[in-house]
Amino acid sequence: MTDNTPTLSGSEAHEASRSALARFLDSDLLHSFLSSKVTILAAIVTVTLMLSALFAPLIAPFNPFDLAQISIMDARIPPIGMEWSDPRYLLGTDDQGRDLLSGILYGMRISLAVGFLSVAFAAILGITLGLISGYVGGRTDAIIMRIAEVQLTFPAILLALLIDGIANGIFGNIDRETWAIWILTFSIGLSFWVQYARTVRGSTLVERNKEYVQAARVIGIPAWIIMIRHVLPNVLGPVLVIATINLALAIITEATLSFLGVGVPSTQPSLGTLIRIGNDFLFSGEWWIAIFPGLALAILVLAVNLLGDWLRDALNPKLR
Amino acid sequence: MRLKIASAALAMVLAAGTQANAETLKFAFQGTYNQLDPYSLNETFSLSMHGNVYETLVRRSADLKTEPALATSWEVIEPTRWRFHLRKGVKFHNGNDFNADDVIFSADRVRAEGSDLTQVLAADVKVEKVDDYTVDFILPGVNPILHSEWENWPIMDKEWTEANDAVKVTSASDTNPNYASLHANGTGPFKIASHEPGVKTTYTVNDNWWDEKQHNLTGAEFTPIGSDATRVAALLSGELDMAYPIPVQDIKRVDNNAGTSALTGPELRTIFLGFDQRRDELTYSNIKGKNPFKDVRVRKAFYQAIDVDAIKAKIMRGLSEPSALLISPFLFANSGDFSRYPYDPEAAKALLAEAGYADGFEVSMDCPNDRYVNDEAICQATAAFLARVGIKINLNAQPKAKYFAKVLASGGFDTSFYMLGWTPGSFDSYNILKNLNNCRDDKGTASPFNLGGYCNPKVDELTKLVLSENDEEKRNALISEAYTIINNEVSHIPLHQQALAWGVSDKVTVTQRADNKFLLKYVNFK
Amino acid sequence: MFGFISRRIAMALVVMFVVALISFLLFRFVGDPVNQMVGVETTPEQREALRQRLGLNDPVLTQFFRYVLGAVQFDFGNSYQFKQPVADLIGRRLPATLELSFASAIFALLLGIPMGVYTGLNRDSWLSKLFLSVSLVGISLPTFFIGILFIFFFSVTLQWLPSFGRGEVVQIGSFWSTGFLTISGLKAIILPAITLGLYQMTLIMRLIRAEMLEVMRTDHIKFARARGLPNRSVYYVHALKNTMVPVITITGLQLGSIIAFAIITETVFQWPGMGILFLQAVQNVDIPIMAAYLLLTAFIFVVINLIVDILYVVIDPRLRTERSRA
Repeated sequence: MTDNTPTLSGSEAHEASRSALARFLDSDLLHSFLSSKVTILAAIVTVTLMLSALFAPLIAPFNPFDLAQISIMDARIPPIGMEWSDPRYLLGTDDQGRDLLSGILYGMRISLAVGFLSVAFAAILGITLGLISGYVGGRTDAIIMRIAEVQLTFPAILLALLIDGIANGIFGNIDRETWAIWILTFSIGLSFWVQYARTVRGSTLVERNKEYVQAARVIGIPAWIIMIRHVLPNVLGPVLVIATINLALAIITEATLSFLGVGVPSTQPSLGTLIRIGNDFLFSGEWWIAIFPGLALAILVLAVNLLGDWLRDALNPKLR
Repeated sequence: MRLKIASAALAMVLAAGTQANAETLKFAFQGTYNQLDPYSLNETFSLSMHGNVYETLVRRSADLKTEPALATSWEVIEPTRWRFHLRKGVKFHNGNDFNADDVIFSADRVRAEGSDLTQVLAADVKVEKVDDYTVDFILPGVNPILHSEWENWPIMDKEWTEANDAVKVTSASDTNPNYASLHANGTGPFKIASHEPGVKTTYTVNDNWWDEKQHNLTGAEFTPIGSDATRVAALLSGELDMAYPIPVQDIKRVDNNAGTSALTGPELRTIFLGFDQRRDELTYSNIKGKNPFKDVRVRKAFYQAIDVDAIKAKIMRGLSEPSALLISPFLFANSGDFSRYPYDPEAAKALLAEAGYADGFEVSMDCPNDRYVNDEAICQATAAFLARVGIKINLNAQPKAKYFAKVLASGGFDTSFYMLGWTPGSFDSYNILKNLNNCRDDKGTASPFNLGGYCNPKVDELTKLVLSENDEEKRNALISEAYTIINNEVSHIPLHQQALAWGVSDKVTVTQRADNKFLLKYVNFK
Repeated sequence: MFGFISRRIAMALVVMFVVALISFLLFRFVGDPVNQMVGVETTPEQREALRQRLGLNDPVLTQFFRYVLGAVQFDFGNSYQFKQPVADLIGRRLPATLELSFASAIFALLLGIPMGVYTGLNRDSWLSKLFLSVSLVGISLPTFFIGILFIFFFSVTLQWLPSFGRGEVVQIGSFWSTGFLTISGLKAIILPAITLGLYQMTLIMRLIRAEMLEVMRTDHIKFARARGLPNRSVYYVHALKNTMVPVITITGLQLGSIIAFAIITETVFQWPGMGILFLQAVQNVDIPIMAAYLLLTAFIFVVINLIVDILYVVIDPRLRTERSRA
């Protein structure tokens, strides 16, 4: 074995890995969930936001991506309750006359889509590489872990910016409306896989030398079946924790990239794009264009973070 | 030891801090000031910054009238020979004398490879030295507006440029900067004290300036601030004495804030949309095998689908003047004879149907997002207006550097539908016709900024006549004739002249020129 | 121990080699350098001559070697946007970014550690709960949004602190410009440093809290308490000391991510550092700057990691034996 820097989440991940699945299903988890009011609230908020984003086309009063529905004459109408407000626009409109409520719902859809897709991408990549690394060992392991280490030196936001820049350089003037989401997913996902790989690898190393795995190997069961059947269930717990926290991080990263102007284009705004647009109107008193999407983003991320926090503590009873 | 230096520095700074250099003007612009080489980039902002340091043979006054500068007078001694008498006793910042050799050198350099200002002086004009302080310009044909763009042609010091091995112009696409792109040596009222491209540029006063000083500055400090919000905040909090442009949505706030006010006025630049009318198939469209923009009905449909008054009311907050022509009414006497096609989405739909596009089509639109006032927002609104007549716009809004690299000649005019703004450097219609409306080839020769490749030989012919006609009235009639053709054929969609909006601290007075040049020589602390 | 350190150094060199390779590939193959230098009228022959002159026809390995050799001497080519050597551009902005990162790291540590210890020891006090809630909100608000809110409150509404730039800077030597020596410089750094440090502060606080909770249950603390040592000495001498390893790791690693997050903060506050330069390069596809920035930040991160690794061995002797066994 080569030496390995202790990972940040090392202590947590190790505790959790031992019998995570078993614990995940036993009533302890349910009990801890029901005993925390904050967690219940966070779960309700998360589910509500996700559902309303998912069903945005049904709920939202307008389709903000359909330019034919937008009228510039309705631009910058304040939210209900303020002077000059318009009953059609509960949260007011942005600089193009887009209904902000609809904009937020659709924007959240993009934010969540990029979040989930990139987390899924990172998890699949990380778990696969972690399993291979831990099970095969030797040179393969060394190479994968070296790559992981190189990559860890680059924070996600930097990597995502870099990938975006390279994509721009290679493809020249690509059609951003179609490709932005995939470029974002790819660049955010690629910057998050290492944590999964390290966790899974650690757990695989432990399992690999256990007698039943050795026995299975002797019988001639293919390596990948052994891995999937015996190793994977044991790492589900920590993977879930990492995934939840990563989801929040991915949403923030997407918003940041869009805010910096390298994310999704302004004709299909995500929450970050809306805030970037609204930022220009903050000083002129049209605060709602930036503040409402900002609040939506903060609430979404906070709720997901709370769930992640609870999940980590619940799967790691020593801290309870 | 190091500690000692640091504490000494601290003491010095604290001392300096208390007596705050009140007469140093701090100002900001949205873009960066990169090149000091005055021939590198034909862009209003860079040219105005050069204008603090470098001077020209003739210059424009605050109300944009031509006035003598480094040339004291000139006369047309033959129809094709102009004689310029140079000012004596003028010295460059390094102490060198200004004379005819510098003018001839600058005439060669401004027309050399890499220069972005070749239009100030045609390549076939000969420049002859008569004596040390007299220069003749020999033209291939009559040209009443020979010197009209000369405010943008700074005179450089021959000896200095040669001694520093900077004769070759650093072009906009060159990656090897020379001495002149990082240092400056002009005859103007200010000297460059330090220059960090993209960070900060500082000026000191040239005490040996030949002209009478109108300002009371002791220096100036320029910072580029890209973010609108940050730039406005810095002005409001008193960190800046002057900032421009002020986004239209913040003008009221800047005015209401104690200690600052917004200075607005009409700008000469016209914002317009253009179509690719040259290619046989649009590069970015779902229509294959033909180019819908070759059909004047389609172009007119686009024109009538866009509600320019709504753009004025909602995006420009009233600070724009819808325009029927590609030139500001201030610059063309007969402007009143022209009016815009009315906003009429139904007529637009009918025109599209007539042209065979009843179901509309899809086309990409190129748009800068940091160049003109609310450029991206205008493009988005345009996309929304066109959506209502069945045209789907894929908007490609980019920073100006990438945008220009794509749509201009150097990028091969790689666009199907675009937004551009244009100020005629000569303040004259000839510049518009020549640059935007004459036939061009694939490289852009003859009409480099006619991005869409509009072409009508009759307009070319009229342009030539305009150039050689000396009689004001006849000349205007010719221009009107050309504009009528262009209008009928909808070569472009003129949108509006945007308003200038500068934010100024109440501590200073500035002079706002309609060409949006901010010149330090007019600034005074109260 | 010596073997361990030399192994880490070898590792660092490998990392730098890989990054240099990526950076070179970026520089050489994304955005043809020749296309960036010539106009449309340039003939194919002239292009070919330029390729030859620039050495772009040499074997790729030779070119890579030349690139690395240049990079070691801080020669990264010229920026497409600014027409200046990239090394000069970065060199002039490096002090701004490093000072900002340093200030925000100090802020994060000075507040994060005490808050973490407190919340770890007094799990149920209302103040702990407040700290934790605030920290969660802090993590959930994106950096740029915090920056915007700060500018809105402290610069525009209250007019206490400047909203952009570094204020007055003092040149020290030919390489360094500092804002720490002037009052306006110190005032200018407050908002950006807090914006940048807030996220790290909450991370450090939460980490220390978790570690404190863990350490408090370990046998040797229980034993120390059983021996009747006073609480204070148990907490601060024994417990805190044992939390230092992860704290050093995270601080070290976070310093790296501070430099990356500086991109956002610098954009919001118009701080004239490397981050803004990099963002402009990304937006304008200025490949030489991107490549150099990549190389430089990687170098900074690797050096920090190396220092962290070495500190480990120094602080926690247990690791030495474990590692030599590994």
